[in-house]
Amino acid sequence: MKLTIERSTLLKALAHVQSVVERRNTIPILANVLLDASDGTLTLTATDMDLAITEKVAADVSQSGASTAPAHTFYEIVRKLPDGAQVEVETDAAAGQLLLRAGRSRFSLSTLPIEDFPVLSGGDLPVAFSLPADELRSVIDRTKFAISTEETRYYLNGIYLHAVEVDGEKFLRAVATDGHRLARVETALPKGAENMPGVIAPRKAITEVRKLIDETTSPIDIALSDTRIRLEFDGVVLTSKLIDGTFPDYERVIPTDNDKILVVDSNVFAAAVDRVSTISSEKSRSIKLAVNPGSLTLSATSAENGSATEELEVGYTDAELEIGFNSRYLLDITSQIEGDEAQFILADPASPTIVRDTGDDRALYVLMPMRV
Amino acid sequence: MTEDGAPGFCRDCTAPVLSPAGRCGDCGSPRLIFHREIHSLVIAHVDCDAFYASVEKRDDPSLRDRPVIVGGGQRGVVSAACYIARIKGVHSAMPMFQARKLCPDAVVISPNMKKYSEVGRQIRTLMQAVTPLVEPVSIDEAFLDLSGTERLHNASPAATLIKLVQRIEAECGVTASVGLSYNKSLAKLASDIDKPRGFAILGRDDGPTFLADLPVNRIWGVGKALHRKLLADGISTIGQLRTRDEATLVRRYGSIGRRLYNFSRGEDQRRVNPSTTPKNVSAETTFFQDIGDLEELKQRLWPLCERLSGRLKTKELAGQTLVLKLKSSKFRTTTRSQGLAWPTQLAETIYQFAVPLLANAVNDAPAGSRFRLIGIGVATLKPASEADPPDLADPDLSQRKRVENIIDDVRDRMGSNAIARGRGLALPAQRKSPRKGDHRH
Repeated sequence: MKLTIERSTLLKALAHVQSVVERRNTIPILANVLLDASDGTLTLTATDMDLAITEKVAADVSQSGASTAPAHTFYEIVRKLPDGAQVEVETDAAAGQLLLRAGRSRFSLSTLPIEDFPVLSGGDLPVAFSLPADELRSVIDRTKFAISTEETRYYLNGIYLHAVEVDGEKFLRAVATDGHRLARVETALPKGAENMPGVIAPRKAITEVRKLIDETTSPIDIALSDTRIRLEFDGVVLTSKLIDGTFPDYERVIPTDNDKILVVDSNVFAAAVDRVSTISSEKSRSIKLAVNPGSLTLSATSAENGSATEELEVGYTDAELEIGFNSRYLLDITSQIEGDEAQFILADPASPTIVRDTGDDRALYVLMPMRV
Repeated sequence: MTEDGAPGFCRDCTAPVLSPAGRCGDCGSPRLIFHREIHSLVIAHVDCDAFYASVEKRDDPSLRDRPVIVGGGQRGVVSAACYIARIKGVHSAMPMFQARKLCPDAVVISPNMKKYSEVGRQIRTLMQAVTPLVEPVSIDEAFLDLSGTERLHNASPAATLIKLVQRIEAECGVTASVGLSYNKSLAKLASDIDKPRGFAILGRDDGPTFLADLPVNRIWGVGKALHRKLLADGISTIGQLRTRDEATLVRRYGSIGRRLYNFSRGEDQRRVNPSTTPKNVSAETTFFQDIGDLEELKQRLWPLCERLSGRLKTKELAGQTLVLKLKSSKFRTTTRSQGLAWPTQLAETIYQFAVPLLANAVNDAPAGSRFRLIGIGVATLKPASEADPPDLADPDLSQRKRVENIIDDVRDRMGSNAIARGRGLALPAQRKSPRKGDHRH
């Protein structure tokens, strides 16, 4: 293999794929990136066996071939090369080395056999559809924060994607919960997704996808089966295993009888929550909401720090209520509210509260209160 | 331990009484107590008399003059026998069939733990009104340290204790006995001297004399094995322990030797510690025959989860770390633990998270391993109020809680075999003294 490639092109592709590679690896080959050059294209692949990212970039290939090299090291080298540099990549098969040359810099990286590099097969992916990048970004942003990190319930460590029909309209719905809060967001069901199975896309795949699609405007092609999902755009392919588990029947935890409606200016509310919660203890992060007709008093007390209160004008005409929440969870939700107002639909201090974006019917959040 | 010139009280009206002969000058009661150190002793052990049976008699006055045995249920042994039944030789921990033989006319009642713990809590509240230094020993007994309470109650500890048992009797309807001394082990021994409705004092001068002829297994910490060893060494009474020096005892019996040495001299430095919350709670069982099959082990695990859950509920605790224990036929002990995201006391939840631990442990054991013991426990204990919080990811949680509460309730009223989940039914006989081996550290 021998090729020349523009430093910035190589850097961008390496940045994408190397983030899949875990810092600590017990299997040496998983620390490497697979390089495959042919027909004016360099294909880079990295995997952790559950997730693989492949990216194709243009390169001046003078000799086809493939090799693997330590991903983080390769990335660091290219990152430190001067902007605008042309990078020459060449395998020295006899020495088992990968040679890099740019300007007066010379690097020689040890390689591992390409045959050892695991291939994460996509298999047959019967469902295929396409989503605009901004739609996918928005769906991920509004649900990702609620993904659980609890290992014992692995089926909560991702976003549950499935097709639903509400009042005759079809949606692609994304749900995530960690037991304390739940985010349910939907978008018009794309063509081709009608028969998709309900799947749980793991947190790492979601995080990587979100990073990859941050700048693109191209539509994202998605294909999936019961066990795999593949996302493809701009020459990047991400393939991931899906979480093999059953997502809880979340509809049953979304309250339907809550009748007290509190409307707040979401920016004003978030800023006040942020200020008052400065006092909350690091551990509980709790904040109390005392809701009265026309006004809301936020307060926090902690044995170590002292106390804080702040009063806000709000829209509220129902009975007085005091309810506590984890302030961080409140901020997570309010930061996803795009409209001016957030609507809290309350029942009592012990029951789940619904939070909605008045400017967006398609997002719903449920928040478990805390005892304060 | 009455002596001339020692100060004393009337045990009914707490009036000071001067002469040990006769009755209280104020109320005419013959129940008087005298002791030279009556004003200076502050460590008490308060123990209810035939507690479960007393509660049952309180609630059904027709039982008052009849022998009452509380027991049966899961263990098939006597949990408590009233004093009338005790006359016939019935005592707690006796197998039920034997108790019935000794006392055929006894009224046998299956235990209602919920009721007893309710009364126990009431009694504890009364104790805590007397002093904050209350160390519960069990549902119906506790150590109390009354030092510094004289000015608060304007009464000596002895008088305060008399008023306390009077309140327990008046407000909870059960009687209690008091042992008053200068340390915990003697106070505990003293509360037994004068039962029921007793009040006994062991002063600094009485301690060693009183202990001398007591069997050595009355010392806290002397169990069956140590007792056998002591007997084999020719030590049957506490007095005989005093003939050995400390170094000899430690060499022969290990660290407990020091305790034997001190206790035999009436010395006990343990404080009354109000917060002796356990660090972990567990349940385990040893099989008749070693088991290698995972499915069979899972079946054995379930009743343990239920038992552990029951113990947590009784103690009003919840655990946030699960600990699974296996002992192989070669006596190699393996433990696996798993942190939980929230504290639990539900048998279903414990089982759900214990099964993967069990599967891993069995999987990792050398091929063909068989096990002689399985145990499940929880650590990182939290108060029951934090147990199993509402969970958006678990829509069935409240339903499961309800079902477990109903099962607990039925078992409380009708015995533990009255109701079981399908999972528990695969086991025909789980009768091998299931409480054996339960731990609290």
